[in-house]
Formats: sequence, C-alpha cells, structure tokens
Amino acid sequence: MIPAQFDYLAPTSVEDALAALSEHGDDAKIIAGGQSLLPVLRMRLNAPEMIIDLGRIESLRGVRDDGDAIVIGAMTPHAVVGSDPLVGEHAGLITKAVEHLADAQIRHRGTFGGALAHADPAGDLGAPALALGAEFVIQGPGGTRRVAADDFFVDLFETAIGEDEILTEVRVPKHTGWGSHYEKFVRVAHQWPIVAVAATVRVEGGTIAEARVGLTNMGSTPLRARGVEEALVGQPATEDAVRAAAERAAEGTNPPSDLNGDADYRRHLATVITRRAVLAAAGA
Amino acid sequence: MTATQERPSDEVEKEIGRDRRRKEDQRLITGRTRWTDNITLPGMLHLAMVRSPFAHARIVSIDTSAAKQATNVVDVLTGADLGEALGVNINAWPITPDQVTPTHSPMPSDRVAFAGEIVAVVVARSAAEARDAAELVDVEYDELPAALDLKESAADAVLAHPDLGTNKSAYWVFDSGEAGTGGSVEDAIAKARTDGIVIEREYRQQRLIPAFMEPRSVVVDPTGEQLTMWSATQIPHILRFALAATTGVPESKIRVIAPDVGGGFGGKLQTTPEEWITWAVARRLGKPAKYTETRSESLMSGHHGRDQWQKLTLAAEKDGTVTGFKVDLLADLGAYVSLVGGGVPVLGAFMFNSIYKFPAYRFAVQTVLTNKTWTDAYRGAGRPEATYAIERIMDELAVEVGVDPLEIREKNWIKHEEFPFTTVAGLEYDSGNYEAATARAKEMLGYDELRAEQRRRRESGDPVQLGIGVSTFTEMCGLAPSRVLGSLDYGAGGWEHASVRMLATGKVEVVTGASAHGQGHETAFSQIVADRLGVAFEDVEVLHGDTQVAPKGLDTYGSRSLVVGGEALVRAADKVIEKAKPIAAHLLEASVDDLEFSGGRFSVRGTDQGMAIGEVALATFAAHNLPDGVEASIDADATFDPEAFNFPHGNIINPLIVSGQVHGGLVQGIAQALWEEAVYDDSGTLVSGSFVDYLLPTAADTISFEIDHTTSPATTNTLGTKGVGEAGTIASTPAVVNAVVDAVRHLGVNDIQMPCTPERVWRAINSAGSGGSTEGAAMPHFESGGEMGNQEQPGTSSTEGAGA
Repeated sequence: MIPAQFDYLAPTSVEDALAALSEHGDDAKIIAGGQSLLPVLRMRLNAPEMIIDLGRIESLRGVRDDGDAIVIGAMTPHAVVGSDPLVGEHAGLITKAVEHLADAQIRHRGTFGGALAHADPAGDLGAPALALGAEFVIQGPGGTRRVAADDFFVDLFETAIGEDEILTEVRVPKHTGWGSHYEKFVRVAHQWPIVAVAATVRVEGGTIAEARVGLTNMGSTPLRARGVEEALVGQPATEDAVRAAAERAAEGTNPPSDLNGDADYRRHLATVITRRAVLAAAGA
Repeated sequence: MTATQERPSDEVEKEIGRDRRRKEDQRLITGRTRWTDNITLPGMLHLAMVRSPFAHARIVSIDTSAAKQATNVVDVLTGADLGEALGVNINAWPITPDQVTPTHSPMPSDRVAFAGEIVAVVVARSAAEARDAAELVDVEYDELPAALDLKESAADAVLAHPDLGTNKSAYWVFDSGEAGTGGSVEDAIAKARTDGIVIEREYRQQRLIPAFMEPRSVVVDPTGEQLTMWSATQIPHILRFALAATTGVPESKIRVIAPDVGGGFGGKLQTTPEEWITWAVARRLGKPAKYTETRSESLMSGHHGRDQWQKLTLAAEKDGTVTGFKVDLLADLGAYVSLVGGGVPVLGAFMFNSIYKFPAYRFAVQTVLTNKTWTDAYRGAGRPEATYAIERIMDELAVEVGVDPLEIREKNWIKHEEFPFTTVAGLEYDSGNYEAATARAKEMLGYDELRAEQRRRRESGDPVQLGIGVSTFTEMCGLAPSRVLGSLDYGAGGWEHASVRMLATGKVEVVTGASAHGQGHETAFSQIVADRLGVAFEDVEVLHGDTQVAPKGLDTYGSRSLVVGGEALVRAADKVIEKAKPIAAHLLEASVDDLEFSGGRFSVRGTDQGMAIGEVALATFAAHNLPDGVEASIDADATFDPEAFNFPHGNIINPLIVSGQVHGGLVQGIAQALWEEAVYDDSGTLVSGSFVDYLLPTAADTISFEIDHTTSPATTNTLGTKGVGEAGTIASTPAVVNAVVDAVRHLGVNDIQMPCTPERVWRAINSAGSGGSTEGAAMPHFESGGEMGNQEQPGTSSTEGAGA
C-alpha cells in the first residue's frame, strides 16, 4: 500500500495554509488527521500532487467557552474532544458520539474538523452536529464566514467549504442540562455505523420540552429526523410515546443499500435505533 | 565423573502440562524478528504486480513501454517474456483419475480467469517505484462472460475455461454400501419415507478469506550455489519440492526458508503465482528480488476457503434414531485447482457422520470451476463444513421428534464403552467419552436452567428471546497416515521428521520438519524434549523452517504438528538416550544392564554413581574415551508415520497454548456464523475487498470463554496427544447458528443463512411461515429441476426461513 508520490507542506498558520491552497488549487489536498485521506492515497483512489498538513497550526486545536456556545478547534483530536469537560457539560451528545467513534488509534489521530469536512454520511459526527445546530466557521481568502449545520452538508463527501477555504472551528450552541445519547448499530465494533441516531432532549417534569434527532447513514448526508422531533415535543418521556414518535424516523430519508443492509432494512433500523436513542437521552 | 548436581527425578517439575508462556512471543509480538518482508539483501530489486480487474477476459495486448521508462525501473515482464522459466502452479491432489484440471500459469499471457490474476510484473529499485510504474502498464482486455454463480457454473451455463468444455472438475463419491462400511442410504431413505422421518435441507457454506495477519511475502536470492527462497509460507518443504518439479532447478540447488511466519490458517498452505514469478524474475535478472503483497492483494488473490452448497437428506426412525445420511455437495474451486483444492471437501467426507453411529451414508461432491479466486484449505478444511451440516440437521431432527437437541444426539452417538469404533465412513475412532464431555458442558452452562428461562421468555412474549445452540463434534486430525493419504491420491505423505542434537555444553538443539507459523511449537516442543531428556526447558532450542537446517519435513497444517511431529521428536529423543547409554556405562565403568535413565541422569543401580546426559554429550564431543566401535555422536533422527488419524482432545502439553488455540478457533468459527463473507458482484469483482467490508472480528467483538477438557488420551502415539488447532473453529459455527435459529424457531423459522446478519434474522422473522420440512413439506429445490443446476442465486436465494 504505497501512495503515489506527492509534495508536502506543513504551514504553521491558517493564512499560510490558505496561501498554499490558492497557489496549488485543484492539485492540492488538505490533510487533517489523515484517517480518511491516507487509505484513499494508499489505495491510489486519489493522487493529489500537494498535501497541505494542518497539523502544525496550533490555533486550530482546543476547546473553549464562548458564552452561549462552545468552540471546538477543527484540528482537535477526537480523543481530546471526547474527554473535554466543557463538551461533556454543554454538548454531551458529542461526547457520547466520540466515545464509540472508530477505535482508540483513530480517536487519537483523527480530528473533529477533519471528520466533519470529509462528510462521510456514515461518519459519527455529522448527525450530532446537525442535532445540536452547530455552526461551521470557514476561513478563505476573503475572510471568515459561518455556515449553519443545515447548510453545511451538501452531498456525499461534499460540504459548503469552498476549494480555497479551510474549516477552522465548529461552534456548538450550549445544550446545558439536555439529556443525550448516540445509538449506533454495527456488526463489528470497528465498523462504520450501518445506521446511527443522535438524540438530545430537554425533559421538564417528565415531559419532553425540546428534542433534536440526527440520523447517520440514512442518505447522502447526515439528516435531521424532524418528524420525530415534532412528534416528541409535549409528549411524556415514556416508552409508548417515544415508540410512536420514532415510527417517523425514516420519513424523507434515502438510505443506501450495501453489504451491511438494504435500504428497507435501514429504514426499519432507523425507527428502532431512534426509539432506543431517545429513550436513553430522556433517561427513561 | 560421578556425582552430579542433577536433582532426583521426583523433584524435577514436569514440563509437560505446565502453563509455559511462549518463548517465541517476545520477538513475534514486537516484530523484532525475521519476517520475510524484513529481509533486505544487497542489490535487491522490488516487484509490483499488474493484476486483471476483470473476472474473465482475453488479453489483447500488454504495452509495457511507458512503465519501462519510469524512474529506476529495471524491467517489466509478462508471461510471454518469461515463457517456460515461469513454471506452473500445480495441483497435488487430483481427487479422481479423470479430474479436469486447467493449466495454471503463474502469469498467463492469453487469458485471465479471475479478477486479481497477474498479467505483468514490474521490477524496480524500490517498492514505491515499482508500484508507480505498475500504474503505467497498459493492458488491453477483451472481456468474456464470467462463470460466477456456483450452481449455474455447475450446469455449465458459462464456461470458466472455454477450452475445457466444462466447469465440472471432479465428481467424488463415498458410499457406505459400496465400501462395505455400512448399508445403502437409498434404502434407508425409502424406508424412512414410508415409516419414519426424512429431513431435507440445503445449506450454504459461504466463501471465506483466511485473512492471516502477515501478508504474504517472498524474497529470492539467485546468487551462490543454492538458490534461496524466503517465503511467508506454511510449507517450506513442499514448496522446495514443487519449485524443483516445475521450474527445472534441481532440488539440491534449492534452499527454502520460512522464517517467522505470521499466521496462515491454511491460507499459506499454497504454492503461489507470486512465489513462482519472483523466482523466475530473480533468476532471469541474476539479482535478489522481493515481493510483498498489499492487504487488498492478499484478500483478492490469496486463496479463499469454504464455498459450498450442501444438499442433505437425513433418514431416521420415528424415535429419532438416525438410519442414514446422504450428502450432495457442490464445491467452488475458483479459477484453478489449487495445491490441495478439490481435496478439501474430500477431507470432510469422512466427518459428516461425526460422532454418530448411523448405519448408512453416502457422500458425493462435484467440484466446480468458476471465474473467482481459487479456493483451498482454510482452518478445518472440509471438516467444519461436514460438522455444520450434521449438527444443523440434528437440530432439525430434534424438532421433528420433539425432543431436546442433546437428547437426539445422545440417542445417536457412539457410547464410550463402544470404542474403538469403526464408523460408517470407515474410520476407526480410538477413544472418546461424549457422555462425560456433554455432562460436564451441561453443568458448566447451566443448561437445564437456561432451557427453563427460555421457556419463561417464550411464554411471556419477552422481546428478548433466548437461543441455545449446541454442537458436538470430532475431527480427524494429524492428516496422516501416509498409506491412507496415498489411497486418496493425495500428493504427499503424512509422516514427520525430527532430529535431536546434543551440544558439547549440554544444551540441546531440536530440529523439526513441522514449521510453525504462530502455533507455539518452540515452546511445546521444548517442553516435550525437556521432560524426555531431563534437561532444562531453557536449554532446548527448537529449529525449523529452513530446508538447510531441517532438510526433511512435511510442515504445519491439519492439526498435525504435535501428534505427528511431536511423536517424531519423542522417538528421536529416545534414540539419543539409547545411544548415550553405552557411552555412559563405559565412562561409569558399569554394565549397560545396570544403568537406568531418569531425570536426565544415567545412574548405576544401587549406587550413587551416575552422570547427566549433558556430561555424556561433552564426553562424546571430546571422544577421548569412547567404547570400541561406538560412533562419536549421540545425536539422533526419527521419522514418524502414524498408523491412523487421530481425534481431539488428548493429553495436553501446554494448557495455555491449548486455551489460546481453542479461543482463537472459537472466534474464527463464530466469525463464519455471524460476520465473515467474501462477496462478489455480478461482474466478478470482490466487493468485500478490504477490512471495511470483510468483517473480521476484533477482541472488542468477542465474548469470554469458559473452557474445560475431558481428556481421552490418544492410543496412537506415546504422548497420548491429539490435535487441537482446528477444534474450536469446527465446533463453534454450527453451535452459534443453532442458537440463532433456536432463538426464533417459535416464530416459524428453521434456517438462517450464514453469516447470520441482523438483517437476515430480521427478514427470516418477517417472512416466516410454516416451519417444518419433513416429508410432504419437502423443500422446493429438491423437486424442481432434479440436478442442482436449476437453482437460485447464492447470496440472494438464501435458505432463510426455509420451509416456508
């Protein structure tokens, strides 16, 4: 497994990285943690001439509190995100999703922003980001812009990040006090999820006051299960009520058929996994 | 030279039976050792293979000009360039005299027969440059229709090799009526149809990939008097013989070394195109050459395992006494008949009757050529398939009779007082106690309590249902004796060779022809020799895997190393003692008859006079004072060829190693039941071509095991040992599938195709109807089309919810 030859740059600032990106254009590819890109290179599915490594840009690492949001640097490794107390307190859904993301090696090498920018619909972070209404901070030659999660995921492996832009950080609105759970269905532990569901709910006196549900691998992008969310609000956090709401989980989805399951099976799974995820999130 | 420091034998702790940590693990686990890919020779060239993306295609042209111009490329060669020097890859076991065997060129120049077949080789100064240049080789193919589906291929719908005129390679039959080992199975079935029970089922053994940890690698050094090949192989001795036989190099000019080898599971019991091509290239260019495959190449082109359709008819009396079993197999060979190839199902032929004593049995296998990766041995080789078939259908019989699965087994198995027992397949089982083993297993599992819980869950409609699966089994292991293998036209013997060399300093070198690839031979064999010669475990060095060091051997596969190789070692050690005895007597000035050997020491009976065997070795090395006419060596060789196959489990040399073998085997067998399957698409491309889609379990997916042994020492060797390497794999697959089916049987399901994925279970539950399938509810496939050609597609046909 030897990649084709490429040149390599490791800039130490976002500005230098952007300059290199505009200089090399289509021939360049950004590497974050490399957990998705390296297999692609080694299997020679892609052969960029220039690899721009963001690993030495310190400003892209770490988690900080920014008032009503927490901000996760794009180059923060999964393992750091997963053990960060701020994330745990205000965006517990992300902590839950990272806990079982791939395996320990990948959680230490792979990065939060890298995985989201790769936009694999089977990736574990898209659905939580959608459910939490995250904002993506993207920097380009013309400056910095913010893109809502609903607009970030465009298609299979395609995001709102322009060819001359870099994802620098992800702002996650605080969901302090919300219950959350990421339920993932796999056949072996290290596998991409066949279907996974990210659920976070605010329960007031036994009633679900607010609910956000994201679906992994139920279409070409992560999806919000809005039907489920609507159906949950105002309902008691009980098995029967959640089961009824979860029946709507596959609405508007377009899941793939592959070796791990046909589309109809995935639709069935979505309802079951949604029920489990919401019940766990509600503590019921 | 009298009193020694040796302790009396009763104070010496026996090595056999000790939980010794494996002495080889430090270097194997850290990788600081001689893996083939670690070997670097001066001036060594690197190869990259150009492989066909098509399952079946005519090669129109191969343009190597651009690749030859690439940086540091030394040469680019095709099959036409290498010609006769390439040799051929052989099938060593034609199972019938009229077997149809396609010529297997390591690098064909006219036509490719599976996706992944090699059409050109790039030789460069580095592996990266070879890989880059391989992209530049321009091959024009004319795609041909591919024979992919096993049943369709058996009907010759599309020919895998048009020149052969058929895909049917060999039809091999064992009939107990004809062999005189039992009655006629057709009579048994006819009788059961009128006054008994007939169970008809068809099961699919999916295609599996051995997926050993170390990818295959080969280094060839053509310089010097002997040409040397290092290879990550299970079979250095067979490889040397095959190179000599097919490439025109005298065997005496060939040295083969299997250095440390990282797993095989049968997957490295092969002579491969990659070895033959590297051999030819190094010889042609006169320089050392190395080829190491990528994981993708390994999954695609290393031989696969299993891949059978099993059509089964079981006849029984109404009380569940089995009266006959008829087995019709289709076995997918892939594109070529590999080294053992068609013999794999034949190895299973003697095991479909398992531990049962029914009186009539017929086995028939049609081996079939297709345009997929070739198949061969994979952990268990034929015997897991057999055990799966009988153990699945015994559960179906239990349901039909309305008794517990264990009860139906007990009714039919060989009772312990009936051993030795000659089975309906003609094998003699030396010993066994299935009653004791089953009673112990029931107790450990809390079987009766679990059945009670299962009933409670059924009755309360609990959403979590319990499935309980059992599998009894035996296997013939040791892959010997030679005369039996000869009667099956197997291309080699079943003996093993060993040498024991006594060094002047009292240390011992042990040479074995059974070359390990992760089993722990160095530890277990040291324990055996330490006990036999009364020397310290640490003082025994086990050497293997190099034809210059261990010139004779038949290598490691089929759970044979300990039962055959271990016995050879015992005999060699005993010869050492016999040779040392007259020398010791001479030095002690005593009569040979007055000497006894115990705890590593010769002593003169009734005195405190004695000397250690190491002292005899030193005296023999000095040779200053030897008896007249005695040679100055106490080294000895032995070759052992057992009189019969043997059957697990016997005495245990190292419990820790046995546990490791059983744990690993269980997981591998469970993986067939639940996770692994090599899947091809409609164009013949391997879809499960990486570990993303070929679901190999990791430690995170496995459960903890409780293991217990009831031992029945073997009677066919001195140590009383039996093979254990394949046991866990064979037994666990049907146990797990039986459990899955048992969990949902009350919903009308009586079968779920392997691997039993959650989706298949879900579909079986949702499509389940009437469950039974005795006579009158015979499965549709037994009536339509007669022969097995007119069938559904594997993978889509499934046997899910069969009987519905």
